[in-house]
Amino acid sequence: MSEAIVSLRNVTKRYVRGKQSVHVLENLNLDIPKGDFVALMGPSGSGKTTLLNLIGGLDTPTSGEITVAGQRLDQLSSGGLSHWRANHVGFVFQFYNLMPMLTAQRNVELPLLLTKLSGAQRKANALAALTLVGIADRAKHKPNELSGGQAQRVAIARALVADPTLLVCDEPTGDLDRKSADDVLHLLQMLNREHGKSIVMVTHDPKAAEFAGRQLHMDKGALLEAGALAA
Amino acid sequence: MKYFPLIWATLWRKKTRTIFTLLSVIIAFLLFGLLETVDYAFSHPSGGVTGADKLITTNKYSITLSLPFSDLQQIRSVPGVVAVTWFTWFGGYYQESKNFVFAIPIDSDTYFDYHKDEFIVSDAALKDYASTRTGALVNVALMKKYGWKVGDKVPLHSTIWTQKKDGSLDWTFDIVGTFDVKDATQASAQSSTLLFHYELFDEGRSFGKGNVSWFQERVSDSAKSAAIAGQIDALFANSSDETKTQPANDFALTFLKQLGDIGFVVHAILGAVFFTLLFLTGNTMMQSVRERIPELAVLKTLGFTDGKVVGLVIAESLLLCVIAALIGLGLSYAALPVVKIGLQGVQLSPAALIPGIGVAVILALIVGTPPALRASRLNIIDALADRR
Repeated sequence: MSEAIVSLRNVTKRYVRGKQSVHVLENLNLDIPKGDFVALMGPSGSGKTTLLNLIGGLDTPTSGEITVAGQRLDQLSSGGLSHWRANHVGFVFQFYNLMPMLTAQRNVELPLLLTKLSGAQRKANALAALTLVGIADRAKHKPNELSGGQAQRVAIARALVADPTLLVCDEPTGDLDRKSADDVLHLLQMLNREHGKSIVMVTHDPKAAEFAGRQLHMDKGALLEAGALAA
Repeated sequence: MKYFPLIWATLWRKKTRTIFTLLSVIIAFLLFGLLETVDYAFSHPSGGVTGADKLITTNKYSITLSLPFSDLQQIRSVPGVVAVTWFTWFGGYYQESKNFVFAIPIDSDTYFDYHKDEFIVSDAALKDYASTRTGALVNVALMKKYGWKVGDKVPLHSTIWTQKKDGSLDWTFDIVGTFDVKDATQASAQSSTLLFHYELFDEGRSFGKGNVSWFQERVSDSAKSAAIAGQIDALFANSSDETKTQPANDFALTFLKQLGDIGFVVHAILGAVFFTLLFLTGNTMMQSVRERIPELAVLKTLGFTDGKVVGLVIAESLLLCVIAALIGLGLSYAALPVVKIGLQGVQLSPAALIPGIGVAVILALIVGTPPALRASRLNIIDALADRR
């Protein structure tokens, strides 16, 4: 087995809502090898998005250890997590979450604002990312001038542009028609196979999950696939 | 600078709202610029009497109290005083009280000597004026305003001076000529002026005979005007009519200050304006941030720290307020010449506009900080969930 890019040990996540404590994840253990393309599936409320947020450094566990790209995320402060996300992870959301007032190119440049690259370098890198996802010709268009599939490609370009170790995708095809969804999934598959990007994708769609190299199923805060557990 | 395109684009996310907010801030700073400039002029007079070659001597305690005409000879005797004339408030109007006429009883020789560089008046008119006891010289603008012609008899109603002969407040003058001003900036101030004989006035009035409102002096060396002013006041020290001699420009300010505490009025108005502006702009910024919570959450997801998010929102607020302030202050600067004409004797300085930039920055920080803090505190998961 190759080196794990994601490693979870006894991770528990509990939310407090008023006087109630809701256990979302219970003693979860998981290893995802570097270069893997994993689809996280499960019914609503099973904890898959919470797991994704923990892996992406958007949230912290109530207890347990999370190591991603060699960094213990459960030990980082809020600022430390911000820096880590900027350097190691790219996010793709169901509803694209592009800035409506910025062009596609400017949207893709956003993560690069946190680097020391010059304006010209940022622009060149953004155009390279847009070219990679096949949408360079729409660089000057704003999100409301793009179709759903095109907008999601821009979002993927934004996730890729800082060359992250890991792509975290939350229902990336949930708002797309079948054709556009397949195009986006082929793109993710290409990024995984040809560019070695590790991808963790949450999806409800079994067809989307087929594009992944491995499928993990969750229910009631626990992983169902035994093979995913660390030996 | 690399964040500027993001901040600029965010600022114009809702164009109509931004334009209206900008307009309100621009108008506030236009008002700020105009009022602060006037207040600055009132609180920074010409720096004492040094440099002024025209002085005015009034009663020490109030310009509404008169001085004896007999002071004239003593003032003339002060070394360095080269011309002296005097002024008494007539307070007249033509037909209706709204038709104010700035009627001045003058001694023509001393008056035109004192104002020799200011008026354009023909020798023929001066000659006719000197030979006509009830004669009046009228500003060309006033002639035009009421359609008067040379040779007309003009009745003016004084709000103060009754006539000795019949107790009437109505005084009638014969227009014998006109005058104009050399300096176009003085045209507005002199547009209601009518000059008539002091002798006629002093002999005809039923009270106050032998008293004048104030004396006006011109000195030979403006560098010595402070000393000369002191000498004039020393002449009347401990008398029943002590004097206060000051530069003509400062006197204009003193006169206007009779209207009230200019600084208090100015700052009260500005206080109300900016208090309102705080709520207006603050509400706009809060609303703008509320609408962008998912977008701010995305920025934080991408790795923007809480500090950077605070910086972006504050920068947006600064950009809005400073741009609007610069436009508003620029407009007020452009309007200075117009204001200057309206406030004769008041020297306006653009220096008064500089604090406006500081006010804009403070305004931006006050209205930008609450939404910035809110943005920094937002939980990424909850904020993103609004879209899911």
